[in-house]
Amino acid sequence: MKYLHLVWAALLRRKTRTAFTLLSVLAAFLLFGMLDAVRTAFDAGTNAAGADRMIVSSRFSIIQPLPYSLLSQIETVPGVKAVAYANWFGGTYQDPKNFFPNFAISPNYLDLYPDIVLPPAERKAFDATRTGAVVGATLAKRFGWKIGDRIPLIGSIFPKRDGDSTWTFDLVGIFKARDAREAGLEQQMLFHWKYFDEANAYYRNQVGWYIVKVADPAQSDRIAQAIDRLSQNSDHETRTETEQAFQLAFAKQIGDIGLIVGGIMAAVFFTLLLLTGNTMAQAVRERVPELAVLKTLGFSNRVVLLLVLAESVLLVALGGVLGLGLAALLLPAVNAAAGGQIVLPPVGLATWTLGIALMLLIGLVVGALPALRGMRLNIVDALAGR
Amino acid sequence: MTALVEIRKLSKTYVRGKQKVEVLHGVDLDIAAGDFLALMGPSGSGKTTLLNLIGGLDTPSAGSITVGGQRIDQLGSGALARWRASHVGFVFQFYNLLPMLSAQKNVELPLLLTRLSAAQRRKNAAIALQLVGLQDRATHKPTELSGGQQQRVAIARAFVSDPALLVCDEPTGDLDRQSAEEVLTLLRRLNREHGKTIVMVTHDPKAAEHATHTLHLDKGELVETAAMAH
Ligand SMILES: Nc1ncnc2c1ncn2[C@@H]1O[C@H](COP(=O)(O)OP(=O)(O)OP(=O)(O)O)[C@@H](O)[C@H]1O
Ligand SMILES: [Mg+2]
Repeated sequence: MKYLHLVWAALLRRKTRTAFTLLSVLAAFLLFGMLDAVRTAFDAGTNAAGADRMIVSSRFSIIQPLPYSLLSQIETVPGVKAVAYANWFGGTYQDPKNFFPNFAISPNYLDLYPDIVLPPAERKAFDATRTGAVVGATLAKRFGWKIGDRIPLIGSIFPKRDGDSTWTFDLVGIFKARDAREAGLEQQMLFHWKYFDEANAYYRNQVGWYIVKVADPAQSDRIAQAIDRLSQNSDHETRTETEQAFQLAFAKQIGDIGLIVGGIMAAVFFTLLLLTGNTMAQAVRERVPELAVLKTLGFSNRVVLLLVLAESVLLVALGGVLGLGLAALLLPAVNAAAGGQIVLPPVGLATWTLGIALMLLIGLVVGALPALRGMRLNIVDALAGR
Repeated sequence: MTALVEIRKLSKTYVRGKQKVEVLHGVDLDIAAGDFLALMGPSGSGKTTLLNLIGGLDTPSAGSITVGGQRIDQLGSGALARWRASHVGFVFQFYNLLPMLSAQKNVELPLLLTRLSAAQRRKNAAIALQLVGLQDRATHKPTELSGGQQQRVAIARAFVSDPALLVCDEPTGDLDRQSAEEVLTLLRRLNREHGKTIVMVTHDPKAAEHATHTLHLDKGELVETAAMAH
C-alpha cells in the first residue's frame, strides 16, 4: 500500500485522458447496472411465482371467457384447495394512454394471493363495498389517489349496461407487494367481479380465468389434466398450467431478455477493453523512462508489473463503482419517470458482485500487456531512449 | 588502500542484429574506497557503458566486477535490483526525477524498498534535502525547480539510502557554470565528509578538477594519461 501514491501519480499524470477514460468506464457500468436491473426484473416474473397456483384459461385465447358454471365443477376436482376467478377489464383513467392492469376479482381472490398485502381494515371495507376498489401503492402514487377517492375509469372494452362507459369506483384500500421483487403487482387495480358482472353490457356469468390453489404442488400435473377433462369436447375447452409456465410463455413473447442484455453488454465491454487498453498502452509508453528510473533504484520487475496492473485495475474500478453507483441512484428516477409501467429492482448484491468481478477482470486484462512491457523493459536501453 | 570496486578483464559486446559491437575490451580497474574518480573520454568511447556495469544496471559479456567484496557480474536481475537498492546511488545528466512527485516524494522513492516506516522515510528524506540545501523546496514538483535544483534533488535521492557508491553520468552536462559548481561542490562534500566513493563521467575538464583522480577511456580501453598528471 505504500506504493499507492505512485499509482495515483501515474493516473493524474494526464488528467484529461484519465477523466475521459473514467467517463467511458462509468458509462459502460451505468448501462450494465441498468440492463442487469431489466434482466432481474424479468427473471423475477418467472421465479417468484408460487408453484402451488395454477391458471385455467381458454385453450384458444386468453380473451375468450369461460362459463361461471365451471367454478363448482373445478372445486370438486380432488386435490383442489380453493378456486378464485378474475376478468380482465382494461379500463383507462382520463387518457387512453394511461395504461395499467385492472381487473375484476372474485371475493376470495386476495386469499389466494398472499403476495398482495392489504391492511385487514381495508380488506374489510373492500368486502363490504359493492363498487369498492383496491389499488397498488405504485399506482396510487402515480395518479395521486387516496382512500375515499371516487375513481372514474373508461370501460373502453366493457361499457355499462345503461350505455354509459364511465365506471365509478370507490377507493377503499391501497396494497403493497409482499416481496420487492414482485413490485409489479403494485401497479394493479382490483375490484369486485360481481359489480362488473351485473353492470357490464356484454358478459353475464362469465369469467376470464380461474386461479386454482392445489394442496400438493407435486400433484399439479394430474390435477391440471383432471380440470381440462371437465370441458373436453365442449365449446369452452380449457388449458390449465402453473402460473410460472403461464408467465414464462408471456415473457418469451418479448424475447430472451437475458440473451439480449448479454449481447449488448458483451459489445459494450469489448469496446471498453479496446479503449482502456489503448489508454493503458499509451500511459505506459510515455512513462518508459520513469519506469526505468524505478528499476534503476532497485524496484523489482514484480513490483513494476504490479504497479501498472494496479493502475489499470484502479482506473476501471473507480469508473465502474461510480457507474454502478449512479445506476443505483438513477433507477428510482427511471421507475418514477416510467410512471410505474415498469418497475426495475434496485441494484442488488448480485449485480454489485458481478460488476466488481467484471471490473477486476477488465482491469487485469487491459493492464496485462502494458504491465509485461514495463516489467521486461531494459533499463540501459530505456535510459538511453532507445 | 582497499579497493571498493575491482574490475578485471571486463568486456562488453552489444549485438545488434548480425553486427557485434565490442564497446569495452578487457578493462582492468581498481577504485579505492573513498575515491572520487572522474572518467573522461570522447563520445562513444564506452564511458556510460562502463558506469552502467559498475552500477549493476547491465551485465558484462566477459570479465568480473567485484564491489565491496561481492561479485555482481553473476547476479540475476532480481538479485541485482536488490543489490542496487542498498549499495549504489545514481545521478544522471537529465536528473530523471518523477515529474508527478514532489521533491520530498522523489527523495523518498529508494526508501520505499527498505523496512523504514512512513514517518522514518519522511524524516530521512527531509534530512537529505536539507543536506543539499533544498529543505524549503520539499513540496515543489520538478517542473517548479531549476535544473541545478533538480539535480540536487536527484543527488539527495541517490544518497538517501546511504549507499557506499555513487555513480554519476555527466551530472553537470545540462547545467550552467554556476549550478554545475554547486553540484560539484555538493558531490565533493559527500565524498570528503560522508565518505561516499564516487565515479563520475564528465566531458568537462573543470568538473574533473573536483575529483581526486581522472581516468581516460578511448575506444573501450583505459589509456595512460601522463599529460593529465599534475
Ligand atoms: N544497447 C546498445 N546497443 C548497441 N550499441 C550500444 C548500446 N549501448 C551503447 N552502444 C554503443 O556503444 C558505444 C559506447 O556507448 P556509450 O554510451 O558507453 O558511450 P559514451 O562514452 O557514454 O558516449 P557519450 O559521451 O556520447 O555519452 C557507442 O558506439 C554506442 O553506440
Ligand atoms: Mg554516455
